[in-house]
Parts: sequence; C-alpha cells; structure tokens
Amino acid sequence: MTDGLPRSTSVRVFGFLKTWEGFLLIILVATLCYNAFLVPQFLTLQNQINLFQLSNEKIIVALTMTFIIISAEIDLSVASVMGLSACVFAYLVNGGVAASYAILICLMTGAIAGLINAFWIAYVGIPSLVVTLASLIGFRGLARVLLEDKGIGNFPEWFNELGRGGVVGPLPLAFITFVFLFFILTMVLHRTGFGRRVFFIGNNADVARYSGVKVAEIRTILFVMSGTAAALAGLFYAARLASVRGDAATGFELDIITMVLLGGVSIFGGRGSMFGVLLSILIVLNLRNGMALANITGHIQTAVIGALLIASVLVPNLVMKLQSNNSRVLKIQDKG
Amino acid sequence: MMRYLQRIHPQTLRVLALAIVLTAVIVFFSFQIENYFSPRMFNRIATSAAVILPIAIGQALVVMTRNVDLSVGSMVGIVAYLVGDFLGKHGSLDPVSTLFLALAIGGACGAINGALVAYGKVPSIITTLGTLALFRTFLVQYSGARTITTDSLPAWIVDFPQTVLFSIGAFEMRAMVVIALVAAVIFGVALSRLRMARKIYAVGSNSDAAIMSGINSAQVVFTSFTLSGMLAGLSGLIFLAKFGNITVVAGLGFELKSIAAVVVGGVNIFGGSGTIVGVVLGTLLVDTIDNSLTRWAVVSEFWRDALLGILIMTAVAADTLMARSFTKMRRKKTLSPIPAASKIQEKVS
Repeated sequence: MTDGLPRSTSVRVFGFLKTWEGFLLIILVATLCYNAFLVPQFLTLQNQINLFQLSNEKIIVALTMTFIIISAEIDLSVASVMGLSACVFAYLVNGGVAASYAILICLMTGAIAGLINAFWIAYVGIPSLVVTLASLIGFRGLARVLLEDKGIGNFPEWFNELGRGGVVGPLPLAFITFVFLFFILTMVLHRTGFGRRVFFIGNNADVARYSGVKVAEIRTILFVMSGTAAALAGLFYAARLASVRGDAATGFELDIITMVLLGGVSIFGGRGSMFGVLLSILIVLNLRNGMALANITGHIQTAVIGALLIASVLVPNLVMKLQSNNSRVLKIQDKG
Repeated sequence: MMRYLQRIHPQTLRVLALAIVLTAVIVFFSFQIENYFSPRMFNRIATSAAVILPIAIGQALVVMTRNVDLSVGSMVGIVAYLVGDFLGKHGSLDPVSTLFLALAIGGACGAINGALVAYGKVPSIITTLGTLALFRTFLVQYSGARTITTDSLPAWIVDFPQTVLFSIGAFEMRAMVVIALVAAVIFGVALSRLRMARKIYAVGSNSDAAIMSGINSAQVVFTSFTLSGMLAGLSGLIFLAKFGNITVVAGLGFELKSIAAVVVGGVNIFGGSGTIVGVVLGTLLVDTIDNSLTRWAVVSEFWRDALLGILIMTAVAADTLMARSFTKMRRKKTLSPIPAASKIQEKVS
C-alpha cells in the first residue's frame, strides 16, 4: 500500500491476507484452534513454554539462515557446527578449562567455522551448496574426533540450570536470547543499509558488485554470523540436555531450512521478511507440539515437516501458473 | 609440454589427474598397512564401492542437469527393505524378476522427485530434502521396527555376494562388482553416444538455450531423476544381497557419499559436464580412503568423516582453480586449439 491512495480498512485487511504472510497467519490461527480443541492441555502456560523450550536452538539459527537465503546462498553445515561447538565445549570443560572460557572458545569455534565456509564461497567462488555440504561432513567428523563415541556430561551446575530453568520468571535464557536477536536482526535486515545490501546481493550479485557493494565482505559477515549463531545454539543445546555426544543436533538443518522457506523467503534469494519467518516458526512449533501431544511419533512429525517444505514452494508455483494462464501472457512452449 | 597440455580436453586431464591421485593413495597405504595388496582388501574395497557406484552414476546424471538428489540414501533403504520383505513372503521370485522389482520401486520414488522438480518447478534441493524425510518415514512406518533377516531370504540371494564370475590370480571378481561395472559401462557409452543422453548435457549447461533449440527440458530432468531412482533401486538390491540383515536405517547417509564420489569424480556441480569414467574413479577413491582409514593404525577411525569433507573440498577447489587457469592460458594464446572450449570453460568457472 505505498501508492498513497486512501483505502478502507477492509480492503487493506483483505490485501494483507492475500500476501504470503497473511496466508501464514491464517494457517497459524487454524493450527492453534485445531490444537486447542483437540488437546485440552495445549493452551496451558507450561505447554506454551515447552513449545519453545524444545526448539529454541533451531529457531535462533533460523534467524541467521534467513539472511543467508535472502542473499541467495545456503548453509547446510549449521547443524554440524552446532554439534562441533557443543563438543568443543564438552571437551574443554572435561579437560579442566573453566566453563566461562570454554563458552568463549566455543563461540569462536563457530565463528571460525563460518569463516572457513566464507573463504571458499566468497573468495574462491565455489557454490555454497557444495562448500557447506562438504563442511557438513567435515565439521561433524571433527566433532566425532573430539568425543569419539563417548557422551560427556558433568558440566557446572549453573550452566545446566541456564538450559533448564527460567531466568526471567519461567522464561529460559535461550528464549530471551531468541526474542532479543529477533528484534535486533529484524531491524538490521529491514531498516539498515546492510540489510538492503543483503537483498541487493540476493537479487543480482553481479549488479551489486558493479554498483560498488562489497559482495565478498558481506557474504563473509553473513556466514560468520551463521556460524556464531550455530555455536550459541549448540551451547544452549548442551545446557538443555546437560550432556553432549558426537552426533548432537544431527539433521537439524532440515527443520531450520523448512522454517525459513515456509516463511516466504525465496530459495533464489532477494525476497523474504523476518515477520514471515516468525510466523512460520510459530506454525512449525505448534504443529510439532500439537502432534506430540496427540501422541504422533517423531518420524511422522519429520515427514509432515518434509511435506510442508515441498508444499511451501509447490503451492505458490501452482498458484502463479494458474494466474499467468488466466492473464494470457506470452507462453513459451517447450515442446520436445 | 604446455602445448600438449592445451591439446588435451580438460575432462580427460581431470580423469588423468584423478587416476594419478588414486594410484598415489593406494601406494601410500600399501606402505602404511601391512598386507595391503591382499585379495581380502581388494574384495573389501570392491564390494563396498559396488554398493555406492550405481547411486553415484544416478547422482551424476542428476547433477549434470544442474540439480541434486539428496534422497538417494532413503531410496536405497526403501528398495532394500521392500524387496527383502517381498522375497521373505513370496520366496519363489527368480533373480531377473527381483531385479525388475527393485528397479520399479526405485524408479517410482525417483519419478516422484522428478515430477516435483521438472513439472512442479520446486528446486531440487528442497524437493529431495523433503523426500529424504518422507521416504525414510514411509519405511519406518511400513516396517514397524521389524528387521529383514538373512534366513528369511531365498538361497540364491544369500549366496550371491560370494558368487565369483572369474578370477585373475588370487584376485576374484565378485558378481555384484561386475553388475555395478556393467551399469557404469552402459551409462558411460550412452552418455557419449545417445542423442537422448546428450540432451542431459545440453539442459545442464544452459537450460534456456536447450529449450530454445527444441529440447523438452522438463522431460530430460524428469528422466534423469527417474533413472537416479532406478539406479538407487539397483544399489538397494546389491545392499540387500551384501548385508542380508536390513533395518530401517539402511542406506542412511548414502546421499553424502554419492555426492562426494560425483564431485571428486569431476562432474561439474553447476551441471553440463562430467564423465562416467570420472565417477567410477571418484567412487573408488572415496571408498579406498574410507576402507583404508579403518585399517590404518596411525589415525583413529573417527577421522574418516573429517577427511572425507576435506577431500571433497580439495577436489572442488582444484577443479575450480584448474578451470580458471585453463581459461587464462587459452586467452593468452590467440591460436587456441578449440576456441569454443575456452568459452565453455569461462562459463563454468
């Protein structure tokens, strides 16, 4: 509604509902109603906290993943970086290093992991899909090298308490961090020059480069951000479970990427909003939670998320195809 | 020297470099591991490569069209389990029908991927990330946590891994290794000779240009995904024969191994180029390193994955840098032997 024409509220509401965010909002409300009717304990405060508690790590990484995908890249290695940094933490604490230093080193591990990805992507020019697929294997391998097949627990009590207990009332630290990061990153993406450049690179990296945008630098910042956020998430994961194994957080990238894409961020870059991602995070969490309360197993939950991922791209494609068929645009027929 | 180097096609050079690396790795491990050149070690590497080779070929076909298939591991699991289940219930099926059953199940899964990517226009990474989870869930639900055991299978498939077609000295060629190699030869010849297969390269190097020149690009993508599914079916059958006991985690993580083999084998991840010879060598290299590291006393076997990641990175980086220096070398020489090739290289790098 930027054309300045006066419009009635009903038109504006209807216009919003026709956007992707509006569509997500409808789905979210439907999911909430369905869950609330079906499962009596759904609307209790404890359950709403649980809902976030079990996925706090993933949604933190989803925020930085939004930046990466908007810039037309992808980071498949986030789950391995989470695992690796959690293992580094466990290894150091087990070796007698003070937990506060271990936390610092752990975050630096994440940043360095991101820097390694960024070097190959931004400076050597290898596609991020390949680089992060290789580092998905490599970083997970390093995590296994550190812990072999042991599980390491005995972290300091205050550290475990951070993962389990509430910091402000019943709200755990990971959730507060998520809210804080969400506001900061939304501002950065939608209100700063840096955010505009991320969109610019996602739309057309070559044009951005010729217009004087330091593309390689911004990509480096994005991947270091992603690595650091993954390390932070790995720490929360370690604190919540109070123990770490070499296969910690395996397969989390599926959920994280689903959340971002379902939020209306285009896999081809240049399009998306933080608000959409927030809505889709709420949808995914409520779906999983509702299914868990209705005694649906984890495997079916994963399948539903997988189907949702495909549908989130397929449905808009089909809608667009129908629209373009109606408005008789030039059709390029691809006959064999 | 440089002059001769320029005359060789970059792909040939890539295969030569790979063969040299493979030889170097084998020589290195032969000094490190006692009794390395034994028939046992040969069989160990050959049979483990035989499981991966078909899916690596399928993956190569998909990657050549500028897509990726992350669901191959789940498809291998589905085929291994379903075929094993079927044989356990109706043990009378002969080997040829079993093979067709495996290809049909795999092909059906691949066709789902292909339809979504080619006609639904969903990017392949999203489609196959989704079906990776969907196929695996189907398997878990179908199986009800039961395991296929060797004693429920007919005798011919249990004996199959031990079947030796011919032997050279003490080294025996197992039948399953030969089957995988035959598949490689068929696809290798087809890719360089058949018009249908050449379309795969055309679509991969420039989809728009391919459409303009009258190629049904969607159909080609659909076919390559279906073939990838069928080859995953072949892999699944070999997997079933090799291990006998099939649980729901069969084939878990194979997608990474197949992509590693394909990328190391010199198939361009942007599509449009690559050879099956390269894929065979890439598979052998990945499996040789994988199997040798478990026997190598110097590093713990937990280093396997970390080294695999480094290997893929090195291969891709070498590929990119090599392609770039080729472009520069050819640009300097005005008398370029193949002018068109340098333009192709430019686009690739």
